[in-house]
Order: sequence, then C-alpha cells, then structure tokens
Amino acid sequence: MRAFELESVEAVDQAVSHRRVHDGEAFIAGGTTLLDLVKLDVMQPEKVVDVSRLPLKRIETLEDGRLKVGALVSNTDLAKHEIVMRGYPVLSEALLSGASTGLRNMATTGGNVMQRTRCPYFRDPDMPCNKREPGSGCSAIEGINRNHSVLGTSEQCIATHPSDMCVGMVAAGATVVLEGPDGQREVAFEDYHLLPGETPEREHDLKPGELITHVILDAPRGGGQHYLKLRDRASYEFALASCAAIVTLDGDSVSDVRVALGGVATKPWRATAAEEALKGQPATQENFERAAEAAFADAVAYSHNGYKITLGKQAVVRALRDATAAARA
Amino acid sequence: MTTDTGKTREYNLSAEKPRIDGTLKLTGGADYAADRNLPNQTYGYPVTSTITKGRLVSLELDDALAMPGVLDIFHHDNFDQLSRSPNSFAEENLTSEPRLPFEDNEIHYQGQYIALVVADTFNHARAAALKVKANYERDDDFLTDIKSLDSGEGDLPGEEQPGDASSLGDADSALKGAAVTVDQRYSIAQESHSVMEMHTSVAQWENDMLTIYESSQGVVFQRNALSKIFGIPPEKVTVISHFIGSGFGGKLFMWPHAIMTAVAARRLGRPVKTVLSRQQEYLATGYRPTSLQRVRLGADESGKLLSIHHDGCNESSPAGKHDDTVSGATPKMYDCGGNVAVTNRLVDVNKCPPCPMRAPGESSGNFALETALDELAVKLDMDPLALRKKNFADADPASGLPWSSNHLQECWDNAASRFGWDKRNATPGAMKDGDEIIGYGMATQSWEAMRQHCSARVGFRADGSLMVACGTQDIGTGTYTIVAQTASELTGIPIEMIDVRLGDSSLPSGPLSGGSFATSTVLPAVSAATREALSQLKTLATAEGGVFENVDADSIELENARLVSGDKSVEITQLLKDNQLGLIDGEASARPGDEQEQYSFRSFGAVFVEVRWDAGISRLRVSRVVSTVDIGRAINPMTARNQVEGGIVMGMGMGLFEQSEFDHSGYPYNNNLADYIVPVNADMPHIDVELLDYPDYLHNEFGARGVGEIGLTGIAAAISNAVYNATGKRLRDLPISIEKMLAP
Repeated sequence: MRAFELESVEAVDQAVSHRRVHDGEAFIAGGTTLLDLVKLDVMQPEKVVDVSRLPLKRIETLEDGRLKVGALVSNTDLAKHEIVMRGYPVLSEALLSGASTGLRNMATTGGNVMQRTRCPYFRDPDMPCNKREPGSGCSAIEGINRNHSVLGTSEQCIATHPSDMCVGMVAAGATVVLEGPDGQREVAFEDYHLLPGETPEREHDLKPGELITHVILDAPRGGGQHYLKLRDRASYEFALASCAAIVTLDGDSVSDVRVALGGVATKPWRATAAEEALKGQPATQENFERAAEAAFADAVAYSHNGYKITLGKQAVVRALRDATAAARA
Repeated sequence: MTTDTGKTREYNLSAEKPRIDGTLKLTGGADYAADRNLPNQTYGYPVTSTITKGRLVSLELDDALAMPGVLDIFHHDNFDQLSRSPNSFAEENLTSEPRLPFEDNEIHYQGQYIALVVADTFNHARAAALKVKANYERDDDFLTDIKSLDSGEGDLPGEEQPGDASSLGDADSALKGAAVTVDQRYSIAQESHSVMEMHTSVAQWENDMLTIYESSQGVVFQRNALSKIFGIPPEKVTVISHFIGSGFGGKLFMWPHAIMTAVAARRLGRPVKTVLSRQQEYLATGYRPTSLQRVRLGADESGKLLSIHHDGCNESSPAGKHDDTVSGATPKMYDCGGNVAVTNRLVDVNKCPPCPMRAPGESSGNFALETALDELAVKLDMDPLALRKKNFADADPASGLPWSSNHLQECWDNAASRFGWDKRNATPGAMKDGDEIIGYGMATQSWEAMRQHCSARVGFRADGSLMVACGTQDIGTGTYTIVAQTASELTGIPIEMIDVRLGDSSLPSGPLSGGSFATSTVLPAVSAATREALSQLKTLATAEGGVFENVDADSIELENARLVSGDKSVEITQLLKDNQLGLIDGEASARPGDEQEQYSFRSFGAVFVEVRWDAGISRLRVSRVVSTVDIGRAINPMTARNQVEGGIVMGMGMGLFEQSEFDHSGYPYNNNLADYIVPVNADMPHIDVELLDYPDYLHNEFGARGVGEIGLTGIAAAISNAVYNATGKRLRDLPISIEKMLAP
C-alpha cells in the first residue's frame, strides 16, 4: 500500500469544494472497495477524502411517494428498512444476497453504486487491462473469462459489474443525485453506469469532483418481486447470473414487468426486450422462456462463459415464475 | 500422610473435552507466529516473478532503495552462500523446495521469489517492493496444466515412477477374462491449502544462534533443515510454532521464505518478520497437484472383483519433485482375487513444487476407484453398497498380513442404516422433491494408520502441576488437549493442572503434525516419559528415610497424584517438598515395533451423501452427509468428530468447487479467497459422523489410530455417485462445476 493523505469533511459543500479535482483524489465511505484496490496497488490515490461523517444517513419518503436514500445509508440498514422490505422487497433481497454481514455493515449505498469490477486482470497491476490502463489490452478476452460478461461487452472490455444492489435498483427504478462544483444534478439510475465501448476506463456518468449524495427510488411498483442470485457456492460469492423481477398482474396477464440482470453484463442490466416480450401476455412458463430468450438475444459468449447464457435465461425464468407467484399471493 | 485414596478418578480418555487452548484462541491470547514482535524488529516483503518461465536478467532497485524506511534488498547478486538441505525424510530435514532462494536467475514458476525488501515497517516494505522493477528473458515454452497432455486413451502422460509400480497376480489376464469391465479416466483439479493463518517467519540471531518463529507443522524438520542450510549445529537453531492456524500439509516442510528471512536477519543484525500475502501463499507454498487417473475393473456377473488396474499421474515441479502416489492405496482396498496392478507418473509443470495436502494421494485415488466401482455397479445392475460388501478384504490384499483391527463392515451397515440407503431408487432422476431431483451416493473411506518415533518429557512440579513437553505441534486439531487428557489419565492430576508444551524444536524430538500419525506417535512417548518420571519419584520415595523405605518399588502405584502401596500413600507434592525439590522429571522415547511386520494397520469408514439438483436453475447442493469411521479409539470424540466433519467439508470443496486456475499466459487467475471457491457455512449440510470405538491395541497402547485425513476420503466420489443417481450424468472430472453440469 502506498501512503496517501487523508482528509475528513463534515459537510457536503465542504467535500465538493475542498476536493481539488484531479485523478489523484478519491472519496472514501465504507472503504470496502477502495482499500482493497489501494492494497492491491490498482488504485493509487495521493489524497483520500473521508466522507463517512457527512449527514447522508437518512431514508425518507418524498411527497410524490418516492424514497430518498442517503448515500451513506449502509447496505444492512437499507435492506432491513421497513419501507424497503415492504415496498421494495426485490432490493432488500438483492442487498442481502451480497457479500457478508460484516461487509454489508460497512458498505454504503453510494459506495455500492461506485463498486468496481472483480475481473482478476483488472485487480492485478501486472496484467494488461484497458479499464485500469487504457490501451494496454484486455487480458480476459484471450484469457480465463468464466466470470465475465455476455451482455454489453466490447472489444476493449468484458468485465462484469459486480453489484447486486444496483440490479435491484434498476428493477425498482431509481435516480442518482449528484453534488458537484457546478451544483446539483440528477441522472436516471440505468443511465448512470456506462457501457465499456471504446472507453472502459469511464464507468459512470460522474463529472470530476462530483459526489453521490442520494439515490431516490421510484415510488413502489407493488406487484410480486423476487431477486434470484445463482453462483457456485451458497453464499459469499459474486453472481454468475442474477435476475431482479417485478411482475404486476391483471388477472392472469402481465400488466407490467421489470427485469434486471446481474453477473452477466458490463453494467447493471435492464432487460427491456424481456419486459416487452412479456407485457400484456399471460404469465406462463412458455412466456417466461420467451422473455428469457429475448433478454439474451444479443448475448456474446467468450471461451469460458458460454454457460452464462443458459444460466442467465434460467435465472430470468425462475425469477419471473417466483415473482408471479408472489404477485398472486 | 494420609491413606485416603478413595477419590473417584476423573475419566479422561475417550471423554468429550473442549480444547484446553480454546479460551486462549478466543481471547487472542494464543501467540501465533505473526503475533511475535521482537525488539528492534524489521519487516521483509518478497518480490516475486511475474513470468512463468525464463531468466531474470536484471533488477532495477534504485527507486525501491530510495523509498522511506528501506534498510536493504536481498537478491541473487548479494545473497549469502548457503548449502541445500539433504532433503531426507528419514533424517528429518526434508524441505518443500530444495532449491535455495535466489540460488540462480532461472525462473521456474510465477510467484518465485526474486528479491526480499526489508524495511522498518510492513507498509514501507510492501510499498518499496512495488517499486522493484525486474527485467526478464521470457521463455514461452511452459506448462501449467497437465490435462492438456492427456490423449484420452492408453497410457497417461508423464514419466513412470518405478518405485510406485506394484503388481500382484495377473491383472491383465484377469481383466480380459472378466464378464463385466470398466475402463475410465478421471481428473482432479489443483487445490490450494488456503490456510487461515498466513505463512510467517520471524527470525532473530543472537550471537550465532538462530531463533525462528514460524507457522509450522514440523518444528524439528525445519530446525534440522536450517541447520544443514546454514551449516551450524542443530542445537544452535530453535524453531517455535506454539499455535498454527491450519496447515493441511502446506506447512509440513519448510518453504524458502524462512531461509530468506533468516539470512536477512543475520545480515542486518536485527530481527526480521516476513508474513506472506494470500497471493504469495497461493503461488509459493505448495498445493494438491492436478491428477489424472485411469481405472480398469473386471468382475464376474455376480459382482466379484477379478482385477483392478489403477494408473495415476500428478504434477511435479522443476523446483522440487513431489509424488502424490494417487494409486498407492488401491491394492489394499478390496479383495480382487489377488490381481491388481498400479502405476504412477509425474509431469513437471511451471508452478512451485506441489506438496502433501490433507489425505494426500489417497483422497485423489479414492475418488477414481470409488467412482469406477459405482460405474461397475451400474453395469452389473447391482447396489453399490452390496458390490463393496461382496469384495470386502478380510486381510490386507497387498501384503497378505492380517488387519490389526478392521470394522469396515460395521461402518457400511451403520452409516447405511442412519442414512436410509434402503430407500434409494437406483433409477437416475427417480427421486424428486418440488423443483429438486434427489440423488444418493456412497463411497468407502480409508487412510493408512502410521506411527513414528517420538520423545517426550514429563515433570511433576511441587505446586501440584504436571509439565508435559514434546517437540510436536498442535495444528488446530486438538493435540494440546489429548496430551493433557492422557497425562491426566496416567497421573490422576486434573486436566486443568497439566501444562502442555509443544511447538518448540528445543523440546524432546516429536513428529510432524501430519499423516494422521501425531496421536499414535506422541501419546506412547508421553506414557513412557511418565513412567520414567514415576521411577524417579519411586527412587525418592524408597530412599533411606523416605515414605516407602523398604517397600518394593514395583508395588508402588500412581493414583490420583499420589504414590500408593498397600495402605500407605503420599501426595507427590509432599514428596517433592520433603526433598526440597521443585520438579522431578523424566524423558523417554517410544517407537513402533515388530507389530509393523505382523499386521496391516489401516482405518476405514463409509460415507453416504444426498445431493439435490435443481435443473431449472442449475443448482447442485449437498443436503445430507452420513459417515461412520473406524479409527480405533478416539482419545477425545469431540475433537475427533470435528476432524472428520472438517475433512468432509474439505472433500465437498474438492468435489464441487476448488480449482486453482492458470491462463494461457501462465497467469494465476484465482490466487485469492474471493475467486478460489471453498465451501462456506451456508454450504454445510447436516453432517452426521459416528466414530466406532474399537481400540487398536496392536497399534499402540492407547488403541488410537489417528483421525486427521480419513474424513476427506470418499466424499468426492460419494458426491459424484449421488449426482449420477440424480441426473444420469457421470462426472469424472473434479470439481463438478455448473458448466460441467450444463454440458450435454
């Protein structure tokens, strides 16, 4: 680990204004991603600004029914919050399927949005990686890519977005609130994470100096909700494929549906094609399978991750089935 | 003096006793190697090769040397001239990697040490290590995976090891004449020990004496090896390892980091502490080598085995040879009409040397043999348990010697009954529960019962406590506790008053903590040392003016911390006080004897597994495990059961998850605990372990055969066999990962 300067701030404007804007600075909240990467010498900040004392730990319902979540609300507190458990069970399930209790106690809402990929080649400074070192090449495309993406990939990068929480938020619908040197702005959650394309080093719609202060969840969609995470072992592993599903029924037909995918894509993935395939259709196994096919119609397999296309479809079918059952319950 | 000896003695052997070091471990009081901080200490951090094969051309050190706190950097051009250890198991100086650190500039594997940075703090050392730049001459003609060499038919790849080949009867002819045959190939991926406590050396020289604190399963072996390497008498080297946070074989024989650390400490004249990182542990401290196997079985139509061929192949390394002898135990397992032939081969790969990993060889070989038997049972349309019972060996088929004690048939019956094997439907996929298909599988478990020589010292103290000392280790298995139980049983001194000293090479020479032989080896030495100390006590007591003057020493018994003869008795503490002595002690040795030529010693067991396969989401889980093992006497059934349970969990890892992966460029893809998948608590099914209690007094006076490895054997085959019962898929390559289950 290289030495860095640490500065603590007490107010949001202080955090934003005090932050001299260049690549050598990083915010730290829970530290569960940043400190790992600093120890691995993947991130080498000269200065770290500790934002963990900012007053961003509240969860409040807005007048329009949306839920405003402070960026420093821990994953545990968010998952266990009464309104979240009742109105956004898919998000609560997604949060609780991630990491371990200890990590969820430290990890924050804003930090999780900024979580970085677990691609082993990204996490080793000795290996070529376009995300870490633009232009150096992608080691995963020719190397081992069992854990890598089949959706949203480019010739520059196939690294998987690791978050469960973000998949739940894409399904629930949300907005990221940013505070920066030029004031406040909002970005739709599903637009916040960027596809790797030609610039895999750019992961977010985040301008220099900006800080996530809140995530605002859309008003609860009701319906039946389910988050299904598939992985090798039963706990403490990133998803190989996951699906967040929200199904609203009108009789036996699907009147509305949201499908988001994790573990298979370069960003938290909204499966719009699957939603379109299912909307207005009877909630049957055959239609769930059609939706799953639509979700992976554009999938590209690499040498070791072809199984993820099958596994991802299975996640969609089962999550839709169980969300539908919840809707009927 | 009192004649009251009526107190009921605490029953200590075969008793369920919590670990006596449990409180220390729970409260942070146990001093692991990395907890050691010495005055004026410095910190070493290794720099490792990032290429897989080739030559180190040069090191650029200026930037690193200019970093804060850096004291020195050791490498090939400035390292001390040392000698290799003779590397003899018999002389107890075996090391894992005979090559000395920085011996030359050849790179044999990725992760090989190329320099050691020493600085005033750990963070300074690590930060400076990142600044070392290495220039290499890369050789792309390397090998990290032997599976690619297997043509899929005929002989396995590699060089045959003549010492491993054994042949009885005429296995070839018997196979040709067999009505039903199986000929299949199996493979097991490389596994890492993934120890909880990182490898650590803290080295200090005082004058010409070296003390090294290490996380070691063999302090005596390491002491002897360091003595040879540095060319100093063994009395000048002390290796201390009071507590070990698991070793699983990876800490049996010293690795080069200890040598680098000792050299740096000598050169700097200051203590040096080196704690390896997880990534370094995965690359430079051994592993269970990838193995390839071929098993051929022949049987008649009734299921009587007529012939067994078992060929094995495992990875070895140019940096150190390791032969896992995966087929080695096969000739001892079943009665196959006396026709059995086994071979083993080695292939060098560009990785650090492999080394033993819990149940080395046998757990791998067992997977292939016990899966092949399941395949034979399917061909015979026979119950897999009935097939095994039909071929029970009532004497060791390899040597012809009688078993010292063998209750395998009871293991099969008990475990089958508790599991409910009779409810099994042999048709694949026939047992269902909601989304899940249920599968049942079983396998025989086995591990050789070994015993080594050992010395120990036992001392009675005036304060009423008893000191027991032996240069072996407790690697977390409960050795401290069973030594205390045994000493308490022998002397009547309560277990709380027994002070067990282990993990120090200056103590009387004790065995490695490995091979499941520590219990059978150490306890007889403790017994002999107790007798020796007792004889000193008797000499005191029968001396002129003593309590038992004129009493025949042979009539004096030790009971409840007293010497007793007839209606007379004396407390040992009183005897010591009367003689103004603080301590009376005795040292003695014990070793196996002629029984080794007269009997075959082996533990057996049976394991039954239920798996659940949810085809809709490709989820395979182990839902139930039942095992009965015959390990002779369990000195402490609580810690013994825990060993079997731990072995079962590790076997689940072998069966379902664990594989160290290297990509086409030789890059170690998953050298960390997030990407190298081991079972976690949520994967644990209900595990039901029964220990039979048949003391094996032919093996040693306590009847204990040891228990560390046997739980790991059988489990992978039982899982694979259960998967077949659930799905009709025969998975012969471990681990049984999701993509293998999904493959057509």
